[in-house]
Formats: sequence, structure tokens, C-alpha cells
Amino acid sequence: MAHDSLYAAPPAVEAEPGAGRLATLRGLLGSWDAVIVGALVVAVLVAGLTVENFATGRNAQFLLLDLVPLALIALPMTLIVITGEIDLSVASMVGLCSTLMGQLWLSSGLSLELICVLVVLLGAVLGAVNGLFVTGFGLPSLAVTIGTLALYRGLSFVVLGDQAVADFPADWTAAVVRNIPGTSIPVVVVPLLLLALVFGVVLHATPAGRALYAMGNNDQAATFTGVSVARTKFWLFVVSGAVCGLVGIFWTLRYASARGDNATGLELTVVTAVLLGGVSIFGGRGALLGVLAGVLLLGVLRNALQLADVDANALTIVTGTLLIASVVLPNAVADIRARLHRRRQRRPVAS
Amino acid sequence: MSAYRRGLRVGATSLTLAALLLSAAACGGTTRDNSGNDAGGGTQASGGANPDAAIKEGLKIAFLPKQLNNPYFTVSDNGGKDAVTEIKGEFKEVGPSEASASSQVSYINTLSQQGMDVIVTSANDPNAICGALNQAKAAGAKIVTFDSDTKPECRQIFVNQVTAEGIAENQVKLISQQIGGEGEIAILSATANATNQNAWIALMKDELKKPEYSKIKLVTVAYGNDDDQKSFQETQGLLQSYPNLKGIISPTTVGVAAAGRYLSGSQYKGKVKLTGLGTPNQMRQYVKDGTVDAFALWSPADLGYLAAYAGAALASGQITGAEGDKFKAGKLGEFTVGKDGVVVLGPPTVFDKNNIDQFQF
Amino acid sequence: MSRTDTGAPERATGNAPTEPDRRRHGLTERLLAVRELSLLIALGLLVLVTTVRNDRFLSGQSVKDLLLGCAILVILAVGQTLVIVTRNVDLSVGSILGLVAFATGSLFLSAPGTPWPVALVLGVALGALCGVVNGGLIAVARVPALVITLGTLYAFRGVDYYWASGRQINAADMPSSFLRLGNQTVLGVPVLFLVALVVVAVVGFYLRSYRSGRELYAIGSEPAAARLSGIPVGRRVFAVFVANGALAGLAGVLYAARFGTLDAAAGTGLELQVVAAAVVGGVAIFGGSGSAYGAALGAVLLTTIGSSLAVLRIDPFWQQAVVGALILAAIGLDRLLALRVAARLRGRSAHGA
Repeated sequence: MAHDSLYAAPPAVEAEPGAGRLATLRGLLGSWDAVIVGALVVAVLVAGLTVENFATGRNAQFLLLDLVPLALIALPMTLIVITGEIDLSVASMVGLCSTLMGQLWLSSGLSLELICVLVVLLGAVLGAVNGLFVTGFGLPSLAVTIGTLALYRGLSFVVLGDQAVADFPADWTAAVVRNIPGTSIPVVVVPLLLLALVFGVVLHATPAGRALYAMGNNDQAATFTGVSVARTKFWLFVVSGAVCGLVGIFWTLRYASARGDNATGLELTVVTAVLLGGVSIFGGRGALLGVLAGVLLLGVLRNALQLADVDANALTIVTGTLLIASVVLPNAVADIRARLHRRRQRRPVAS
Repeated sequence: MSAYRRGLRVGATSLTLAALLLSAAACGGTTRDNSGNDAGGGTQASGGANPDAAIKEGLKIAFLPKQLNNPYFTVSDNGGKDAVTEIKGEFKEVGPSEASASSQVSYINTLSQQGMDVIVTSANDPNAICGALNQAKAAGAKIVTFDSDTKPECRQIFVNQVTAEGIAENQVKLISQQIGGEGEIAILSATANATNQNAWIALMKDELKKPEYSKIKLVTVAYGNDDDQKSFQETQGLLQSYPNLKGIISPTTVGVAAAGRYLSGSQYKGKVKLTGLGTPNQMRQYVKDGTVDAFALWSPADLGYLAAYAGAALASGQITGAEGDKFKAGKLGEFTVGKDGVVVLGPPTVFDKNNIDQFQF
Repeated sequence: MSRTDTGAPERATGNAPTEPDRRRHGLTERLLAVRELSLLIALGLLVLVTTVRNDRFLSGQSVKDLLLGCAILVILAVGQTLVIVTRNVDLSVGSILGLVAFATGSLFLSAPGTPWPVALVLGVALGALCGVVNGGLIAVARVPALVITLGTLYAFRGVDYYWASGRQINAADMPSSFLRLGNQTVLGVPVLFLVALVVVAVVGFYLRSYRSGRELYAIGSEPAAARLSGIPVGRRVFAVFVANGALAGLAGVLYAARFGTLDAAAGTGLELQVVAAAVVGGVAIFGGSGSAYGAALGAVLLTTIGSSLAVLRIDPFWQQAVVGALILAAIGLDRLLALRVAARLRGRSAHGA
């Protein structure tokens, strides 16, 4: 079951034959990340020229720091969505990892280094639970991760109640927001880029990566290529959990506060960024660069609108509209192109 | 799939991205301390307060409440706006649509980026926004907290609505009068980590130890999470778990309104007494239908008004936030900064059937 | 993908059911009944345990509170059932509810003399309009419902926030005849609960006995097959979203009547509970199976859990975790049953042939 569940109808595109049409489509979608990068460039230029205080180093630092959690989670999410699954529990995993870190720091007496390792492992376990339900029991990932979204968030409140743990060592909390000397790029961007590189190489330059696309297009076909669909998907969920563990650590240290409501609602932003980056919600399509550009675009827009004193409530509307537009537009454009193409093909036949 | 074309495309996109990042970094390296302390001029003066300094005109004062869509903060921010208008400053209200510390950080960064002279905020978390506030302070902004404080070192002044002792005394006295000085009572609080609520509850417990309250027994503290429905259910749970309950204190506007609504539609109406901290608009109906005898609150508008004046006094160099500094806050008169930079608004107002119609907030 | 088939396609396309079909039908019907029965048993156990700990839990007042508390969730869960049965989902219901609730309050504020039935009709219409936006985007642009309604979850809420801009509407601003609607009882049963019962009965009857109702199951079971057999899939799905929007609108008006204090945050996060109620009530998240009665029972169960946690003085933080665990248990159980049924059916059809 590649596209579980709740997708209104499979995209009509796939149902219709015609190699010409598919070629057009591929051309178009291939260029979607170009479109997003273009939009990003335009957004940065417009913001830089018209919004006061946007094009400064300090602002770049703030912007990037805000984006790191989003970008990190978007990496495994991209791979998961490409296989036709989804993980909505990410923000709750971040929250639970954050409170677990706080609780361990508060009461276990372990060193912070060890706690960090444990938290990443715990994140992986949480992801494994998702993976087990999805691949082991064959349940739709959407339903499973809506369930664990509630479960993990609930547990993160159970772990710390409504308390917050805040007495993390100052050198640690300062370290995560420090800049690379001489620039205004936060140090944490480096591991982010390294991870992005790893994910990018795996997705775009290895047989395993190609298998992910195959899974998104057709589970059975993927099985025939000799890749274990279930096992691969299971590990993707585990990786997603582990990355959420990392983000949980970053979040806790950046805000010097471990509390149950950390990162609430982040899953919606991540999904928005991934879809905006050109990954098809039906699976089988998308690229990591587009997603990173999508993340940046989202961040730049929010930051610029905030600096321009646009109401937070308007920002909510912008996010929702962007999400809808990012799925409606490619479909609509593909439709129109296909229609034009068909007409062009038909004409010579008629004459 | 044409791997070569894809490769090219990937290369091109990554180059563009890298270029973008680099350019962002490049302009960062040079314009590091771009902060708008030009308007404030010499406000950085750390040498001490100058009580005779006049309040500057044109101060940029920003209010950052816990969240935008909370009526309580709408009222207090409007109080702040009145004050800023009086001193001929520039007022601005920004904030997240949900009460989370992380989004407040993002707004603090934006404000310090915009070169605000004063940031007046109510903290969603006493620690989480500290780093951002310190950065803003370093960039030249004065920090005033109101309603909910941060750690003292992250701000110059905390405008407290009322002393915790004042609240505790007032609430215990109200409930004691209403239940006739004896019986079981419970507290319906907001969230278990709400700093101010916990301080009040601890002091209420001390207050109850006094001989005149010896016949009153506090049976439990319930938490309604400042969520209407949750508070409603918790009230219901309290009355079922403690059949002999005589009264409830709910020192939170959300909780007391929900409890009032529950009681007024139940068999306990008028039999189980309710008091707490609520706004007259929310409680009017329950006071008039006899569910609630009396409750208390400070004026949220005055709170915002005072916070704005405190910020302006800081930015003008009248005060530094040290203990003993004095400043004038328009129609509210003179205030003195207490220990740890705390300024107290005053004792709460008690609302009952006779005076409630004079208040609109 | 195997699932509990309700036998809908056969009936919908008007073919006389063949013998194994009918047997199969009987089996799945029984299965659903078992599901509803087990929900009732769970509910009974929960009430029993809570009552043993505290006998006031079954007092008249408490039962009244329970019925009042679950009414709105029941209405939303029943609406969601319509959507989920067609293999879609509507995550924007919480935002629609909030928007309509605030709109209702504003209506009374700007036109104090408005009779409440007018407000009710307008609220339902506004909800339906939101449903038209959802359904239109989904059916016309052929985009997954999950994504669209995630987007409109933001968008509707944003509109609500923008409109309210921090204002609050209080009970004193609304006519008492309207507010009474929220708390009044008829023979000890809250009016709100009676409204919910009517909704459950109507939707339940429609899904079971109307041709177009059965067609919804066919769409959810196999959209392509449904299309081939002549069912207007796009139109049906659109209608379902409009209906769900209208029900969310109804819930919004009732919310305004019940709570009296309204700000823009009304109903935030409710969508999760609604989906949970439907899923716990046996509505298969992958479409094609489930009943309005089950969803309603699921909603009652969830509300009762909330109340009994408060009565048992269990840390309220557990509540959300319990909801999550319930969702997982419910879909796991569904899967297990579906596999069982599939296995038994294979055995039977071997005999039949």
C-alpha cells in the first residue's frame, strides 16, 4: 500500500497513458525545484531591498537559527514522503526528547554528553515504534503517526508535568547559538549541511535512493527490484526519530528550557516546507535541494513579514495558503500543460 | 531519468544556494552591530539614574504579550498604548498567535533588529526567552516584563500586578467571608508551572495557617491548564470528589469564568461559593445570577500603562532599575522600584454586585 | 489492502447479492455490531470503575454534565465519519468551529435582536461555505484532502484570529434565549445532546439506507471501481465535505451557546479528538467502513475518559497520552479483525464454490 488512505484520488496523470504527457510532466516537475529556488532568490532580493533591517548579519543569524530544527526534520521527512508515507509525530518526538533530556539532567546525575547520546537513541526508539506499526502491522502511516502525535505529546507532559527544566550549563546553551568565527552563520548550520549532504547522496546517488522513488511509485515493483520495502521504511522512521532526538537537544539548549510543549505544531510547518519543496504527497517524486530551498523560502517569508510588522495572524493565513498553493499549483499547471499537449497532438491527426 | 541533466540541475541549484548563504554571511561580517540606539542617544548611561531627566519624546516602545489573541493582554496592551501616546512615543504591539516561548524569541529578535528603545513583554517561560532578551539588551533596548516575569537578570524592571502576599491575603479573606469562616475549600489553578500562581498558592497555604482561618481546610489544588473546557471538567471533578466542598478559589481569569459557568448551571449554584481573579465582563453574569458573591482583579489596563511608563523612564535615564529609584507614571502617580527591580501596581480591586457595573474590561 | 467491507458496492450498483456475498455481508455487519458492543462494554466498565471509586459519578448532575460535554464532539465525529468513509479526512473542523462560533457571537453583538434560529441557520451556512472551499479544492484540483484541510486549518483559523483581533465576546453580549439553548434540559436531558442524537440518527440512517449513502462506502473501498460503476465520485466527495462543514458550523453555534465566552481560539486542536473519536468508534481511517453510531460512541467514550480522569484525580497530563494510545489500539484492532475476516472469507468462499 504505497499511498495509504486519505488521498482523494490518485493523480489522474498516472492513470492516463501517453509518453509525451509524462515527458512534459517530468520536465515540469524537474523544474519545480528551480521554480522554488527562483522564488527564494526573488523573495530574498525583494525583502533585502524593501524590508528595513532584513539584509543584516544579525538577521541572517536569527533566521538561520530559527530554521535549523525545521531543516533537520525536513531531511528524513523528504525521504519518507518520497516513499509514499508520512510522519506527523515529529514535533511530538522533539517535545518528548526535550523533556526526557530535562528529566535525565534533573534526576539521573549522568553527564550531559551521555544524556545527549541517550536522547538520540530514545528518539530512534520512538521512531521505531512508528516504523513497527507501519511496516510490521501494515497500518497506514498517517493514522499511526496521528496516534503517536497525541501519545508522544501526552507522554512529554507526563515526563515533566508542566514543569520546565532550565539549569543547563551556560557554556552548552551558548555553544548552540554561537556563530562561525568571523561570520554571522551559526555553527549548527555546519552539521546540518553535513547531514543534508549525506541524505542528498543517499537519495540521489545510490541504488537505495532510487529504490525509495520506486516504492513511492509502486510498492510491488520496488519489491521486484530486490529491496525490502518494509525494512527500508522501518529504518526511515527510525532515522526520523533519531533526527528528532537531535532537534530535541538543539531546541532544549537553544531555549535553555526543557518543557512539554516544546515544538508544538512544528509538524505542520515541516510538511508545508517539504511539499513546497516539490515533493509529491503521493510519493515517488521530489528532490532534497528543492526541500532545502522550500525551508529557506518559508523562513525568509516569515522573517521578512515579521520585520515588516505584518500581524502574526496574517502569517497564519500565509502559511496555510502557501501549503495549499504548493500542492494545487503543480497539479493545475501539469493539467493545463497536458491539456495543451494533447490538443497539439490531436491536431496533426485530425488534419 | 536523465541523470546528467539532473546532475547539472542539482549542481546549479546548490551553487545558487551556496551563493545566497555566502552573501548573507558576507554582509553579516561587516554590519555586526546594527542596532538602532541612535534614537535613545546616551541612554546606555550605566553610571546611575538621573531622577530629573525628562521623559524623551519619540521613544519606540513595543509590547510583546504572551499571545496576541488573549483578551486580557489586548486590554493591558491598550493601556500601554495610552501611556505611549501621552509621552509622544511610537507604540507597537506584536506577538505570536499561540502562547509559546520559542515564537516569542523570534519576535524579540525581530524587535531588537528593528532597534526598539523599549521592549515590554510577558514571558511564556522564565528562562527560554532570556538569551534573546539579553541580546536585545546588548543591542540597546530596555527590557520591562509585566504580568509574568523572567529571571531577574534578563530584564531591568518587572511590573508586578500586585504582591503575591496581597493576592493570597485577599483571596483567603474573600472565601472565608463567603463560606462563613469554616469548611472545606479547593483551589482551581492554571497550569502547574505557572510561576505566579504557584507563589500565590504557597502563600495562601501560609495564610490559612493563621488562627482566624483554623476551621478552613484546603483539600486539593486542581489544574485547569487555563483551558476553558478543562477547567470546566476539573470543577465538575472537584465537586464530585469532595461532597463537602464549601468553596473554590480560582486565581486565574480562565478558571474562575469556567467554574462560574459550571456552578451557575448546576445544583451547586449559590451553595458552593466561588471567588478568584476574574475580569468583570466575564463574571458579570455570574455575579448577577447569584453564583458569585465577590471576586478580585487588578486593572490590566493600568498594568500595561505602568509598564510603558517604567520602560520610558528607563530609556530616558530617569531610573536604572535599581532598588529605591522613583518615577512618575502619568495618572497613576509615583512608583518606587523595589528589590530585584520589581514595581508593584497596587492592591487588587474587589468586584461585587454593587460596583461591577462601573467596570468595563 | 484488506479491510472490512460492508458489502456496499453490491447493493449500490443494484446487483442482486449472490449467496456468498450475502453471507459475507452478514458477517461484516455483525463485526460492526460487535465493535459497537465492545465500545459500550468499555464505556460501561469505565463508568463502573469510576463510580466504585466515587459514587457521585453516576448522580443526575454528573450524567447531565457528561451528556452536555460530549454533544459537540459527537456531532463533529459523525460529520467526520461521512468524510473518512470516502477515504478522505477533514482536519479543518476545529478551525471551522472556531470561526463559526466567533461569527455567531459577532452577529449577536452587531444585531442584538437576532432570533436564535436565524443565527443557527447562518452559522450552519457559514460552516457549509467553509466545506465548499475544502471540497472545491479537493474535488476540482484533485489534491489529497489531508494536505488541503491541513492548509485550511491554518487559513480558517487565521481568518478567525484576524477578525477577532484579540477581542472576546462574553455571555452578557448574547441573548439569554440563545444561551439557555446551551444549558437547558428536557426531561433531564440536555437540549444539546438531543440535537446531537438527531444528527446521529439522520446521518446513520442516510449512510445505511440511502443509495447515495451506500455509494460513499463504495468510493472509500475502491475509488477507481466506484468511478467505473458510474458513481459520480467527485460530486459525492464534494457533497460530503460540504455536509461536514455544515455540521462543524452547527457545532460552532452550539459551542457559542454552551460556553458563552468566545475568543478566536475556540476549538483549537479539536480535530485530533474528532479523528480519534471516529477511529476509536470503528471508522476505518482508510475508508469504506464504519458507522455514525460507532463514531458517536467513540466520542462519548473519549469525553467520559476526560471526566473520569478528573473525578479519579489522575494527573490530567495523561489524558492526551491515553487518546493517542487509544487511536493506536483502535487501528491495530481493526487491522487484526480485517485480517481475520479475510481469512475466514477465503475459507468460506472455498466451500461455497
